[in-house]
Amino acid sequence: MSETLASAIREIAQACGNDRSRMMDIVEAVQAKFGCVSSEAMDLIAKQVSTHRVEVESVVSFYAFLSEQPKGKVVIRLCDDIIDEMKGSESVAEAFRQELGIDFGQTTPDGVITLEKTPCIGMCDQAPAALINNEVITYLSGDMAREIVRKLKKDPDPKKLIGRLGDGNNAHDLVRSMVHNNIRLAGEVVFSTMASGAGLKNALAMTPQEVIRDVKTARLRGRGGAGFPTGMKWDFTRQAPGDKKYVLCNADEGEPGTFKDRVILTEKADMMFEGMAVAGYAIGADTGVVYLRGEYAYLRALLEDALAKRRNAGLLGNDVMGKKGFRFDIRIQMGAGAYICGEETALISSCEGLRGDPKNRPPFPAQKGYLGCPTVVNNVETFCKVARILEHGPGWFAKMGSEGSSGTKLLSISGDCAKPGVYEVPFGIKVREVLDLCGAEDTAAVQVGGPSGQMIGMNQFGDPICYEHLATGGSVMVFNSSRDVLKIARKFMEFFVEESCGFCTPCRVGNVLLKEKLDDIINGKGAAGDLDYLESLGATVKAASRCGLGQTSPNPIVTTIKNFRSAYEAKIKAPAEEGLQPTFDIHAALSTAESIAGRKSVHT
Amino acid sequence: MSNTITFTIDGVEVTGQSGQTIMEAADAAGIYIPRLCALEELAPHGSCRVCTVMVNGRPQAACTQPIAEGMVVENETEQLLAIRRDIIDMLFVEGNHFCMFCEKSGNCELQALAYRFGIAAPRFPYLFPKRDIDATHPDIFIDRNRCILCGRCVRASRDIDGKNVFEFVGRGFDKRVAVNAEANLADTDAAVTDEAVNVCPTGALLKKRVGYAIPVGQRKYDHKPIGSDIEKK
Ligand SMILES: Cc1cc2nc3c(=O)[nH]c(=O)nc-3n(C[C@H](O)[C@H](O)[C@H](O)COP(=O)(O)O)c2cc1C
Ligand code: SF4
Ligand code: SF4
Ligand code: FES
Ligand code: FES
Repeated sequence: MSETLASAIREIAQACGNDRSRMMDIVEAVQAKFGCVSSEAMDLIAKQVSTHRVEVESVVSFYAFLSEQPKGKVVIRLCDDIIDEMKGSESVAEAFRQELGIDFGQTTPDGVITLEKTPCIGMCDQAPAALINNEVITYLSGDMAREIVRKLKKDPDPKKLIGRLGDGNNAHDLVRSMVHNNIRLAGEVVFSTMASGAGLKNALAMTPQEVIRDVKTARLRGRGGAGFPTGMKWDFTRQAPGDKKYVLCNADEGEPGTFKDRVILTEKADMMFEGMAVAGYAIGADTGVVYLRGEYAYLRALLEDALAKRRNAGLLGNDVMGKKGFRFDIRIQMGAGAYICGEETALISSCEGLRGDPKNRPPFPAQKGYLGCPTVVNNVETFCKVARILEHGPGWFAKMGSEGSSGTKLLSISGDCAKPGVYEVPFGIKVREVLDLCGAEDTAAVQVGGPSGQMIGMNQFGDPICYEHLATGGSVMVFNSSRDVLKIARKFMEFFVEESCGFCTPCRVGNVLLKEKLDDIINGKGAAGDLDYLESLGATVKAASRCGLGQTSPNPIVTTIKNFRSAYEAKIKAPAEEGLQPTFDIHAALSTAESIAGRKSVHT
Repeated sequence: MSNTITFTIDGVEVTGQSGQTIMEAADAAGIYIPRLCALEELAPHGSCRVCTVMVNGRPQAACTQPIAEGMVVENETEQLLAIRRDIIDMLFVEGNHFCMFCEKSGNCELQALAYRFGIAAPRFPYLFPKRDIDATHPDIFIDRNRCILCGRCVRASRDIDGKNVFEFVGRGFDKRVAVNAEANLADTDAAVTDEAVNVCPTGALLKKRVGYAIPVGQRKYDHKPIGSDIEKK
């Protein structure tokens, strides 16, 4: 048993209080230090925190950024989502392959560089993009990829790859990234100035019930996608029995095409923390946790700094803002590459140091959440809205937006448009207006709400974006008439197959079956009846899946069949005569047998 | 009595106790709701989804959903039968199930459910995954080709045997049952007397040297379809 590994693990685990529920922090630290969580490491960790080895393996094997097998000192993760593909990620991929002499999923023979693909890293407005360890490289090209590899071969320090820094806090000493904010339209609520404490001060002058009443009066609905009324959620949590309660902030931002939380975290983290403190006061919690997706690790130091400043200013800690007895502090929990951990109960599992499996409901988080305690989970943007509502009053907020969806919404717009970026717009804005704002031309299709949302065609460009019509957690992807909607749908299905937690049958198996059938159709092997097959299978997956992932994952197929049926029909062959399956390739089917037998089949 | 709850399943009035799941109340009332991951002695898992019912028009898993006063549950509708048939089909095609050679034939809950649903062949294409077998233990073997990831072994080992011999690793389609050792069941403290060895609904986790002991004609599901015991109540 290697001494260094043993002593390092002892130290890491002790720093986490040998607490099994801090498993994510422990395995992430081991991964960072040793490039893997080896079998030996799993045994050591298990012993250190008094759990079973297989429990550690269970966690490590769940997250894309953790691995039992050793990875290179440098891991290049190229985003292979649809937007990046449209912006030329294939030539970047080819350049990496050639220059490194390895394929994706492999490590260079000297063990220095590992090459991988990864779903959306939240940089769609500056695609193609890649993560190199924790550094973000944007606006990639084939030439840049070659240059990067040459530099890394000389000096495997990804920090040295950062050239011109981005705008705003991206250039901050604690960040030093080349990411750009691309704030294209600043609205009144999030992208305007707010003094630290302005909202919290008003909240603390009221009773917790009054705070909740204000959030309800503002008709605030969650910005993470589902649109659940925030005040009602807080009320449930406040009323749930229990001394210990928690406020969790969902900064997992994994829905492809969404990157607005990235910009909030970069520029408006203080506002978000303020909203969390308000929530803490309202529900009676003393601890907040920000679950930050692993892809945004480059923002962690900035966030820690913002927290430290709030502590120093008395906005966190004991007797917050002089309010006797109100204690509240916030810590950051890093994710490790799993879209499902954005689902609120999976997020809780992950915070508890478990696999990111969603939990059975009931009980709901408001009753039994993090560590079994009543818990509020809200999106990054939701907390910002809370802070402003408490600052300016619910009436100010409720005046904006539409009837059923008050306030503004941050949209992340990417794809075929001149000005991709973040737009703060009032709810109720029409798709067509959004397309005008971002300079989209010749638009044929828009994916609203990311892969789990819907793909709409021109006849719906007059519809408003709001919870009652076209709902979105922020993702708006624009496609012009040169794009193939079937291939886009396939990309999204690949994403869901990759990201299903695998807990329940319909999502684990059904998505694979849906994707395979779509592959057949795209490859010219579609048959009559295939659309019925896709629709009925899609209906089963949506109805029977256990969580929101499976309940929406067939949407890429279901909504393109609904809105772009002719694109499918053009690909599907008419039934052959005499009941033969036109899709059956007898030559391919017989080829293995032919090679074993060493002769050609008599079939013509 | 205040903790008595009345609701309906397919229009039939059912009375249960507060705190019961739909499945528990239905069982007590002699109404069978198909299931694979649920087992009376274990905490509900909610993974197979074969027990999907409609509750006030919304799909829910009967094994995890608590009953509530006046709730309207649908169980045997065309729509639900189609969903369940699809799920059973999925479980067949995602593994490698050769019932004719399997020691569990006739006693297998997956096979019995397929018969109950009149499934002669799945409507989905077989996915033929490559999965491992573990025959290292002297008395027990694991054939993952037949595993439906129901988690019964995981729960039984953890909650009844107090051993945590089994746990899931990997995610999505690559999810599988692993053992609490580097690789082999032989290196764990699993014993043939463990309850975990008795709970597998399929032929994935079996005792060695006792296969095919029951003659055809006397096996559990040879004469009566799965669920009959509940319906007879
Ligand atoms: C598969 C899946 C992924 C999700 N990802 C996110 C996410 O990245 N960020 C987020 O805020 N909500 C996400 N959600 C929604 C959360 O479950 C939850 O509804 C939300 O965090 C609640 O906050 P809100 O009410 O403020 O929107 C996701 C849901 C599902 C089903
Ligand atoms: S729907 Fe998918 S992601 Fe959700 S529990 Fe089921 S398998 Fe897991
Ligand atoms: S081995 Fe058997 S009991 Fe365990 S998960 Fe697989 S099918 Fe279920
Ligand atoms: S960063 Fe590539 S699609 Fe979002
Ligand atoms: S029996 Fe309910 S989900 Fe398996």
